[in-house]
Order: sequence, then C-alpha cells, then structure tokens
Amino acid sequence: MPNYTFSVNGKTVTVDAPADLPLLWALRDKLGVKGPKYGCGIDVCKACTSHLDGEKINPCVVPVSEAEGREVTTIEGLAQGDKLHPVQEAWLEQDVAQCGYCQPGQIMAAVALLKKTRNPTDAEIDEIENVCRCGTYFRIREAIRSAAAKM
Amino acid sequence: MASPPQSEPTRIGRRGFLTFLVAAPVLTVAADLATEAVAPGTANAVVPTLPAPADLTDLGDILILAGTPTANMLVLQVERDNRVHLQLPRAEVGQGLTTATAMLVAEELDVPLDQVVVTLSDARTELLFNQLTGGSNSIRSLYTPVRTAAATARARVVAAASERFGVPAAKLVTRGGAVHTADGRSAGYGELTAAAARSTLAIGEVRLKPEAQHNVVGTPTSRVDARAMVTGQQRYTLDLDVPGAMPTMVRRPPTINGTVRAITNEAAVRAMPGVLALAVVPTGVAVTAETFGQALDAKNALQVTWNGGTVDNLSDVDIRKQLHAAALPFVVPPLLTQYVDAEFDFAFVSHAPMETNSAIADVRGDSAEIWAGLKSPIVAKQTIAQAIGLPVDKVTVHVVQGGGSFGRRLFFDAALEAAQISKAMKRPVKLMWSRIDDMRHGRARAASHHKIRATFALGQVLTFEHRVASVETDFRHGLGEILTATAAHLPVAGNLSFAQTVFLTTVKSPYNFGVTTQLLNEVPLQMHTGSFRSVYSANTRGAEEMVVDLLAAKLGKDPVAFRREFLKTDRQRAVLDKVASAGNWGRAMPKGFAQGVAVHDEYKSCTACLVEIDARDPKAPRVVKAVIAADVGRPINPRGLQAQLLGGLTDAISTTLRAGLHIDKGLPLEGSYSQFHYARQKDTPTDVQIFVMPANGEPGGAGELGLPAAVGAIANAYTCATGTRPTSFPINFPVDFDPFPR
Repeated sequence: MPNYTFSVNGKTVTVDAPADLPLLWALRDKLGVKGPKYGCGIDVCKACTSHLDGEKINPCVVPVSEAEGREVTTIEGLAQGDKLHPVQEAWLEQDVAQCGYCQPGQIMAAVALLKKTRNPTDAEIDEIENVCRCGTYFRIREAIRSAAAKM
Repeated sequence: MASPPQSEPTRIGRRGFLTFLVAAPVLTVAADLATEAVAPGTANAVVPTLPAPADLTDLGDILILAGTPTANMLVLQVERDNRVHLQLPRAEVGQGLTTATAMLVAEELDVPLDQVVVTLSDARTELLFNQLTGGSNSIRSLYTPVRTAAATARARVVAAASERFGVPAAKLVTRGGAVHTADGRSAGYGELTAAAARSTLAIGEVRLKPEAQHNVVGTPTSRVDARAMVTGQQRYTLDLDVPGAMPTMVRRPPTINGTVRAITNEAAVRAMPGVLALAVVPTGVAVTAETFGQALDAKNALQVTWNGGTVDNLSDVDIRKQLHAAALPFVVPPLLTQYVDAEFDFAFVSHAPMETNSAIADVRGDSAEIWAGLKSPIVAKQTIAQAIGLPVDKVTVHVVQGGGSFGRRLFFDAALEAAQISKAMKRPVKLMWSRIDDMRHGRARAASHHKIRATFALGQVLTFEHRVASVETDFRHGLGEILTATAAHLPVAGNLSFAQTVFLTTVKSPYNFGVTTQLLNEVPLQMHTGSFRSVYSANTRGAEEMVVDLLAAKLGKDPVAFRREFLKTDRQRAVLDKVASAGNWGRAMPKGFAQGVAVHDEYKSCTACLVEIDARDPKAPRVVKAVIAADVGRPINPRGLQAQLLGGLTDAISTTLRAGLHIDKGLPLEGSYSQFHYARQKDTPTDVQIFVMPANGEPGGAGELGLPAAVGAIANAYTCATGTRPTSFPINFPVDFDPFPR
C-alpha cells in the first residue's frame, strides 16, 4: 500500500493506506484521531466535518490520497493548547451540546462559516446542513451569533 | 462493586431512606432507593373526568416502585484528592443526567461542582429492576437517594473534623469542599476521608439541606462534559481503544429479520485488502478489517443469498389497513348530541441517534467483556451470557456514554450481535452499524392510527373517546432485567400486557371532558419497534390537541380560552397563560402564517407550547418561532431542562412535518438523513423562548415532556395557516429519493 504524508493539527503524519480509503478512516482507525465522527459515510450528516487547508471538508468522502502534502485540521486542532477557539467558547457559553456526537462537526462548520463571513445572517446560518439529532439547532444559532459578535 | 454494608444503616428523613457505610479506606457511602407514590391531585371539575390510571400512578412511579427492594443502589466515595465520585446506575445519552446528579451531590456536600465525578456503573445484576434508564424516571428516582448519600457523607466528614479540631460538629460549617471552624481553621474533605470512613466514628443526626437553602439545585448550570464535547475529547463506544478490537460491520438481509442462506464469494471477500475475518451470525455476515472503510467495502462486495424475513410482503398500505381494522369501536353513539369525529395516521419514525448502533465485545473461552451505550444493561448482560454460553457472572458489561438514544438504547442488539461475532471469530471486535442499516434494520417508533370522538352540548364537552391502534411497540427489554424481559416474551399476556401497562400509565387527558376513555389495541407485526421519546404520548396526545382545537371551533371559542376553561389544574393553566402572554397569542399574522398552541401533562409535570408557522408554501412549511413553558415541580438544572424541551420541539417539528419511514415489502425505504428528513438548521425556528416555572413540589419527569404538546401546537398552527386539517403524519411525506439498494 502507498504511503501518504500530510499534517494533522500541525503534526506531520504518514499513513500506509489504499489511495481510496476515506480520510475519515485514516484519521480514526490509523491515526487515532477520534474527534471527527461517522454518522452516514456519504456526506449527508456532516458529523465528520473538518478542514483541509482551511476549507471545510467531509472526510468520509475525501480519499486519503487527496490529503497528501496538505494540512488537515480536526476539532482537536482548533484550540491553542488550553485556550479554546472563540467558537468553542461560545458553544460552552450557550451549553449547546446534548449527546455531543455531532458537535465537533457543527463547530468546524461554524468556524468555516465565520471565516467566510464575519457576521452571518440567519439565512447563512441556515445553510449549515450538519444534522443534530438532539435538536440543539437554536443553541447552535445563538452560539454562532455570539461568537460572531465577539470575533 | 460495593462491599457488604459495614454499619447499621443510618435512617434519614420522614420517609426513612437508608444509607450504609461501605468498608473502604476512604469514605464510601451507599444509599438505598425507596420512595412512595405521590398522592393524586384533585380535579376541580367542569364536567369532571374521573382520574385516569396515569393520574393515580404513572409509569415513572411503577419503575421507581419496581426498583424499591434493591439496596446499595448508589455508591458515593470521597477521594483523597478532594474529588467526590458517584457511581450512577443509569445511562447518559445526552439527557444531562450526569450533570444533574453531580449538582445534587455538590449541593448536599457543599463541594464545588467540578470536584464531583459521575461515572456510569457497569451492569450490576443485583440491582434487578433498578438499572433502567427510561420512563423519564431518573431524576424522580434519584433526587432523594443521591442527596441522602451525600448528606451522610457530609455528616461523616464533619464528625471527623470535629474530632480533629476538638470543636463540636454543630459549630462547624462546610463550604467549598472543606470543613471550617469559626476561628478560621479548615480541612479539605480529602484530608478527612480516611478518618470519616471509620465505622466507630459517631455521627449525629443526618439531615437533608432544606430545599429553600438550595443554591446549586435550581440554578441554570452547563453540562459537566461540555468541554470534552467541544474539544473532541468525549469518548463514545467507537472511540474506545480495546486491544485487538478491530473494525467490524455486518452485511444485512434485504428484508427485516431475513437470514443468511449462502455466501457465494466468501474466498474473494476474505482476500480483499485489509480483511481480517468473516463469520456468519444470526443477523447476517460479519466482516472484520483493518479499517471501517475496508470493512464497509468488503461487506458491500459480499454476494449473499437470503432466507425470507418476518414481514416480507408487508408495505405501508397493508399496515394501515390492519391498523384501521384494529381500532376498537366507540361506545357513545352520536345521536342526541353534537359531536366531532376525527381520524389520524402516524408513520413509523426512526430513532436515528447520531451514533449508530455500535458495541465492542471481547468474548473468550471463559469470560466476556462488552462495551456499549446501554439503557438496560442488566438484561443485556443476562441475554448475552445465555447467547454465548457463559455464566452471567463471567460477563462484564460496561455502560458507555451514548451519542443520542431517544429510546433506542433500551435495546442492546448491537452488544448482543458483537458478542456473537466475537465468539464466532474468536477475536475482539469493534462493531459499527452503517447508517443505512441503522435506519432500515434498527428500531423505530411504531406506526399508529387514531380515532377520536367527542360529544358536546350547551357549551360543555360530555364525552371524549380515543381509540388507538398501533403496530406493537416492543417492550421485550422488560424493566431492564431478565425476569420481566422473559415475561414480556410470553405468548399470552406477554408484550401486550406490558404495552397496556405503559399506555395506561402514561397517557391521560389534561382536560375535564366528561367521560373520557383512551384505549389501545396493538397489531403484533414482527418488526423492530421500540419506545421513542414520550412513547405513545407524542401521537396520542398530539392527535387529541388537534381535536381540542376542533372542539373550540365548534363551540365558537378561542383555543387558549377554551383550554383554560377545561384544563384540570392551575399548574396547567399557568403554563398555558405563560406561553399565551409571552408568545403574544392572537396577534395578527400575515396570510400563510399562523399560531398554534397545545398543552401536555405527564410524569407529574406539565407544559404548554405555542408556535408560529410560515406555511405560505404548504409543501414547505417552517416553524419560525416557539414559546414553551414547563412546570416540572422542582427543576434540578433549568438549563438542562430547557435543552430537553428544545430537543422535544425539534423532534416534533421533524415528525409532524417531514420525517418518517416508508415500509415497502418488508423494509424501510429510507436509509440516511438525505431521505429520513429529520430537521436541519433551515427547518427550525430562529426565535425560541423556553420558560421554566418556579419550583413548587417534588421533581417530575422532563426528558420526554416536550414532544406531545409541540406536535399538537405545530399541527394546529399548520391547520390555521393553510385552512387544511392534516390527518396523516408527517404532513409532507413523499418518497422524494432513490432508495439505496437492498
């Protein structure tokens, strides 16, 4: 099997994997990076949302070969040491999470949105498609509004 | 884990709760569970309705009473590092129970919340009925025992400090996890715990802190695990590293409960990259591989011929026909009075928690170890032991925090399947169901049909009859252990008597509508059903709230004014008044928009919900605003309660408007969230206000409370906005996708 070398949360890693293995499984099963979650495997639920070179991706449908030489950021790489990202802070302030399973993906999607637009409208927040089966959407919306106000 | 009690029990409070000192080097206290059913409230009648069974004793009471004889339910330990550790025999699946119980301990022990650690107990067979998480009973059953255990621990550390400082206990105060003297000396609990563990230590009377002095309980508090969740550190079953447990998936049959006849390409699949093992199990063909990606490819590549399942010829139209035929007849003929008749149908609904069904199993020749999110771990342990041929005490079942449940994790099918696979493969396995399998072969809320007739005259409702016909809801998890689970399997009384018990102890009308009867008849189909948040109430009470609007219209009354007049209690009227005023009930709305309101009372709690809907396009309506009020008697964590009500609202938006399962020739068509339309951000309101009423009694249930009223409010708003009364739910339910291959 070929080797792929890329960065995960600032650390260079090399994985030995088939070219078409979804990045999600390279992260979870080969590298032990468990923040991105499986929820559907077909880019529908978005629970695995992470960033590739700062752009939002869903690693369940991105082959590991595409990560070669690039920077992958997962939820684990968002905080600077103990200092949380403002979006994570906003999530704590609004006590968004219930079961928490989708929240790494929700937070990574919110960070990507706030990168694109500093003050997202309700319509822009509506475009986040990540499923939250606990139904925390309103708190997610409030957390994004709050993070936007602070950033 | 608890050793036999070392001491004579300490008796606390007027109800005589018992606590025991457990022999241990640090202070360890165990508490009994014991309580009594709360006396029924009295109805101040319009045309009075006799109390329904659920008014007298509800499901939560039954679960609590069933658990009463079990001792040492809770174990609380004061560690040398000042942390206080509570072992909780319940599941945490997002409902916030670990936070609420940590708050109870923090309150009673005067210890900072972040020093309290709550862990989920392994399956403990000695707890019998007392390790089931369901029926919204957890806080109701734990409120006093947890405080009692903590109060006993507090009395012991105070007694130990009294010895150390030579100061009478009455002159000592506890604050911030330490005991303080008036002259400024203090000792942390960690320093005192060894001395406090001595059985010879004399302690005075143990008293619970008066509720009026609570300053943690009742204060909005964030989840204790929130930081782990937002940093990706929260560990779910599939995130655990169990040595040697490799990714495993199962190829499942084309119809529910089908079985493997033959595999025609086994050698080719075994030779695929990364594949480590393959085994046939009762539910399909299991494949273990280096990664889940490879396990998925391999299971998809399998060529399997299948034996038929249990409902191969059944589709929605057949099920609906059976349900309509099964609805019991009305008793009251509509001859002498005016009346309304209404009928409603509700589709199957997948629980669809984000974390799919999953489990880790390591079955050896003489022992087994299991990890999974389990709400009934005792019956899981007993059933797994039987299935793999080991004595029960050789099977260890760890309860892992789950990624959502909504009733789903009452069933332990993944844990059982993982154990069977591990045994067959002779290796540990980490089993994950695909989302498609989770939706098609997992559990679902049963489809139901509802017939309602109400008669009225001279401004009064004289009779209210509700006939529910439902596909059987599977209660074969029993009360969480093998005795009642076995009873639920018996052919004669069996599951149906369980179902009737649950129906009769949960479903009741909050209104004085004269002679009220609510009857259930179930159609036993061998499908995978299970309790879904609020069990029968979402559909049953949701439908009734639509008929309440219909009655109000017939009597020429405003829906809020009509409800105020006929509700049974002041608590119910108070939550209704709250949403009506905060939600500006009756305000003018543009064409295509409307308000809707509904009330629900269950588990000694009550709630009202007011929504505003934008149904300018009736095929794509959106709830744009919601105002909810809830009276749960005594809220422990108002913030967690609001989260539960928000979840109930989102469940109601989803299942009322768009989310359901179509059954086609023995299998649900829906296989992912692109097809099962659970709400996304764009489907939910941008304005939500949730009011928690002040404490006025004992804690009631809260986890399931929010859903039924929201169903009624949304359906009523939709009716008002569109001028069309929906009778089939979800309202917009086309097959708007290409189903995945079977």
